[in-house]
Amino acid sequence: MSATTSAGVKPRTRLAHAIMGLGMLYFAVPLVWIVIAATKSQPDLLSTPALWFGHGFDLVANLKQLFREDDGVYGRWLVNTAVYSGLSALGATTLCALAGYGLARFTFPGKRLLESALLGMIMVPGTALVLPTYLLLSHIHLVNTMWAVILPSLLSPFCTYLVRVYIAESVPVELLEAARMDRAGELRIFLQVVLPMIKPVIVTVFLFTLVATWNNYFLPLVMLSESKLYPLTVGLTTWFNTAQQEAGTRVLFNLITTGSLVAIVPLIIAFLMLQRFWRSGLSSGSLK
Amino acid sequence: MSVNVLPDRHAASAAAPRTEPRRSRRGSSFQKRQSFAGALFVLPFLVIVILFLALPLGYALWLSLHSESLAFGTRFTGFDQYVHVFKDPEFRDGLWRVIRFGIVQIPIMLGLALVAALALDAINSRVARLFRLIAFMPYAVPVVIGALMWGFLYSRTFGPFAGVGQLFGGGSVNFFGGHLLLVSLGNVVTWAWTGYNMIVLYSALQGLPREMYEAAVVDGASPIQIAWHVKVPAIRQAISLAAIFTVIGTMQFFNEPAILARFAPDIDAGYTPNLYAYSQAFRFGAFNYSAATSFALGLTVFVLSYAYVFLTRRRAARA
Repeated sequence: MSATTSAGVKPRTRLAHAIMGLGMLYFAVPLVWIVIAATKSQPDLLSTPALWFGHGFDLVANLKQLFREDDGVYGRWLVNTAVYSGLSALGATTLCALAGYGLARFTFPGKRLLESALLGMIMVPGTALVLPTYLLLSHIHLVNTMWAVILPSLLSPFCTYLVRVYIAESVPVELLEAARMDRAGELRIFLQVVLPMIKPVIVTVFLFTLVATWNNYFLPLVMLSESKLYPLTVGLTTWFNTAQQEAGTRVLFNLITTGSLVAIVPLIIAFLMLQRFWRSGLSSGSLK
Repeated sequence: MSVNVLPDRHAASAAAPRTEPRRSRRGSSFQKRQSFAGALFVLPFLVIVILFLALPLGYALWLSLHSESLAFGTRFTGFDQYVHVFKDPEFRDGLWRVIRFGIVQIPIMLGLALVAALALDAINSRVARLFRLIAFMPYAVPVVIGALMWGFLYSRTFGPFAGVGQLFGGGSVNFFGGHLLLVSLGNVVTWAWTGYNMIVLYSALQGLPREMYEAAVVDGASPIQIAWHVKVPAIRQAISLAAIFTVIGTMQFFNEPAILARFAPDIDAGYTPNLYAYSQAFRFGAFNYSAATSFALGLTVFVLSYAYVFLTRRRAARA
């Protein structure tokens, strides 16, 4: 790298490293705190220093209590969250991949219009759609069901845009022409030729739609009224409300910290494992 | 957005010594089939767009143009509700608060993200890679949980920071009151989104061809000069895209204040326009007014982001 080869820049690199160290501290503090807090009982949580361990090590006890509280509703929330975000991500990724390919490599009436509308769609604030969608879905009695969360989450114009750009750059037309000469069907060409070539952007889109639904709060908050259907985000905040109203008479704060930790671990693991893919997938869309 | 069409052009010129030979060779039935296949690929996405974007938008527009009252039932009132919304002091306060918030927070966050991305692009060390990973991690944390964690960290009973004031002989710091409240909120947002924007900008930097700044290196330009004069202008598009998405996100501010409201009584139902729209609908059942509020907000966002695109494009064209 140029920074290390030319003379006299080493101290500058060292300075950059020092600043990065401070940055890491900043980004890591809440995460370190949540890990430590999850090992504390409620009295320890309230009385011992926040950024160091308490008198006891109660992680296992907290986890046991977490999955027992309210008849094991937390496990239910965890499953709900996994189902909602898994199905949403799978569906949205499928739709985006198909549409991105259709827009990048075909011409059909209305295509130009759709392409220019795509940018506008990306800019429509998502939360502005939630209230009218709620009212529409309540007409057909779909609110307070899992579909009320999954179906609106299938909409992802940004991902379609990302796939479209990626295909335009990385899938040569000649290859498709050659496959057509071999009389391969269009769907087969997509599945066997195009899809393997665009794996990075598919992983990226899948991860990002997964995170979007996993982390969503506003949509399920509006759509769901039954505690059994809640995802983690809504469930944990209802616990938090109870914890505050009852001012610590019930042992809940330690469950909220432990529950928060359990809720973020799967996504962090997914991101770490798939790092290689999503980074290369992102680089295409951001260039444009 | 410009899209690279080079491969297409290249393919066309390679396979086409005459104009439009493909059409004459294979006939229009092939073309029709192709266009049908393309439309089929797009169809499922289009269905979802119609059902969950166009229809809700249309319905919200319809709702916002009608009023509901006991005396008259539902009747068409045109833009009356919009006039009402934009005169509504609670909506205006919320909107102004969010705009003020954005004016300060967005440049700070994107500035940090850009500097970090440039540093990562210039320095490829183990420390840099670890930094990249840790800075991005908050993105994987649900906003609600991020806000809860910061709520605990800010609080007097749980947090380590409120006591900092006592070290300097003052009282404990109240992160949930006065001017500090907006700063506290800004910190939560900055913590959550800086890493994400950093990765986006870093990816754009990594996509730049190395030859682009090799000449500058030969000329003896310092890494900082190269970063500022070569790299930043080259990724201007990515920067403005990140800025647009951040503006859109900021205007819809909901999750963080909704969660921190449990710690901070100052955050009322009209603290942000989105909170206001939500409470209108679900506390007061004023769905028509709520629709007008969120439509007014959406329209403001849309106009602002389009104005932004327009202005940056013009500046880019002049440069």
